Amino acid sequence: MTATLSGSPGKAGGDAVPRPKPPRRRLRLINRKPGRGAVVILGVIPFLLIVGGYLVASALRRAENPQDKLMPSLEAMGRAIVQYAFTPDVRSGDLILWADTAASLTRLGGGLAIAATIALVLGIAIGFLPHARATLAPVVAAISLIPPLSILPILFIIFGLGETAKVALIVIGIAPIMTRSVARAVAEIPQEQIVKAETLGASTWQLVTRVILPQALPHLVTATRLALGPAWIFLISAEAIQATSGLGYQIFLVRRYLAMDVILPYVAWITILAYSFDLALRVLSARAFRWANSAGRGL
Amino acid sequence: MSAVTVENLFMEYDGNPVLERVNLAVAHGTFTAIVGASGCGKSTFLRLLLSQERPTRGAIRIDGEPVAAEPTPDRGIVFQRYSVFPHLTVTENLMLPAELAGSRLFGRLFLGSRRRAREGVTNTLQRIGLWAARDRYPAQLSGGMQQRLAIAQALLMKPKVLLLDEPFGALDPGIRADMHAILLELWREENMTVFMVTHDIGEAFKLATRVLVFDKVRHDPDFPEAYGSTITYDLALTRKDAAPPPRLLNPPLEGGSKAQSAFGEGAAVADGPPPSRTLLAQSPTSPRGGGSMEPRSSRQGAH
Repeated sequence: MTATLSGSPGKAGGDAVPRPKPPRRRLRLINRKPGRGAVVILGVIPFLLIVGGYLVASALRRAENPQDKLMPSLEAMGRAIVQYAFTPDVRSGDLILWADTAASLTRLGGGLAIAATIALVLGIAIGFLPHARATLAPVVAAISLIPPLSILPILFIIFGLGETAKVALIVIGIAPIMTRSVARAVAEIPQEQIVKAETLGASTWQLVTRVILPQALPHLVTATRLALGPAWIFLISAEAIQATSGLGYQIFLVRRYLAMDVILPYVAWITILAYSFDLALRVLSARAFRWANSAGRGL
Repeated sequence: MSAVTVENLFMEYDGNPVLERVNLAVAHGTFTAIVGASGCGKSTFLRLLLSQERPTRGAIRIDGEPVAAEPTPDRGIVFQRYSVFPHLTVTENLMLPAELAGSRLFGRLFLGSRRRAREGVTNTLQRIGLWAARDRYPAQLSGGMQQRLAIAQALLMKPKVLLLDEPFGALDPGIRADMHAILLELWREENMTVFMVTHDIGEAFKLATRVLVFDKVRHDPDFPEAYGSTITYDLALTRKDAAPPPRLLNPPLEGGSKAQSAFGEGAAVADGPPPSRTLLAQSPTSPRGGGSMEPRSSRQGAH
């Protein structure tokens, strides 16, 4: 440092005196960020490791015992997929995978739709109307603490073994938490907005339709996304216990034959479906509620 | 006739008085600024004027009529934040009052009536300088633009009284000066009664024709919450433009203050320095009309 400073002013370039190198400091780990390409590669690596690990282990097991059923080869799984997805069933003539998917999604969609409706109506009432809050908040909180699977037998007794009980399980399992989530979001709408709307002449009903409901909908979508996981759990559980079709039913059916070549593709398919739902809801939210996602950005 | 009268107003929270013995008569067209230290009850007073809260005792009248028990369109409000609706664009925010009035069931207009409501706010949009931003959401506006929108929205209902709760507290000083000019022009134009709570004394003296100071007149050092605040200073400011000026037909928004100085003889311009104003009265109005500002021993005793 001193060498550089004491260099005569005539030597404008100052190249003669070697500058001391700045000490190379490694950045802290939290400040080292991957580039765009690296993000993709890093994200793919765990998937490759899982698939690769499975293939190696599967090959080793089958080398030892060609009849091994626990870790079937990709070819075996491919054959199962062709048989379940593209070959009509000998007995019913259905394409089993699609029939199962349709049955499961009908139950899941029905449960989600009913639960979302309940959550919206009760959530707005609890979050917005003091009397409704006093009446309903404690009972919703209590119901949300009941382990849903523990009342599945009650549902089977009341609703029989048909579709109603399975849809009811999903609704009872997710509606209370969704309701509480929507109610909380509604209660957090600033009081200033509500007072302002009152001074603009809004009635209670108009407050609900013009101020509360539009601002509750994005939170309803978020609550639905968070409820997707539990909803699948309750769906598969109900189907495993009592059903004649459905993705969960099929998995538990073929479990008796140790048919891992069927179970693994089914699990992968369920995962893809769940991911697609979540993605669809996320895209819907971003499109439909632009105001909620536009903070600080120009149009 | 007084536009707003306040009679012997008391406000307590859980037995702790915040305001006590507030008496006030404000003439129509007065721009009243309310100042005071934090926690002096000035915002509480504004919430009482708005009926956002109900007083423990006392009465508030507008044009002789007791105010409604809940916020109503006769009193407009602009808060420091959250005054506009984040899920509505600028235009939709301004159309909202017409939609609420036009459709009791949905609060929403369609087709022709919606188009007429949209055209109805065109003028306002241009006057507050938000025409170019008319399709943006509030989150995409600057703080000053949001408050311009909030003020314009509150004025759409033609309220008898406009209440402002630290409306410019979150704005940069430069923006704040612009907002002062806009507010003064709107005040003169609409000829309305304004109450503004502010913690900025300079802002109070610059804008208001009457400044109220809220403070506690009695203190109990062992029990600070024993007594509430009241109006300790009530300053009327003479300003040439203090009285509502003759109404202009469609006075232009830009250059409004120039038109003003043509009427008044050398009228003080709104952003003139505070010392140029003379204090008409400096009367410490102590609770019973007496003169003493000394902490007095309590007649009521500690609560």
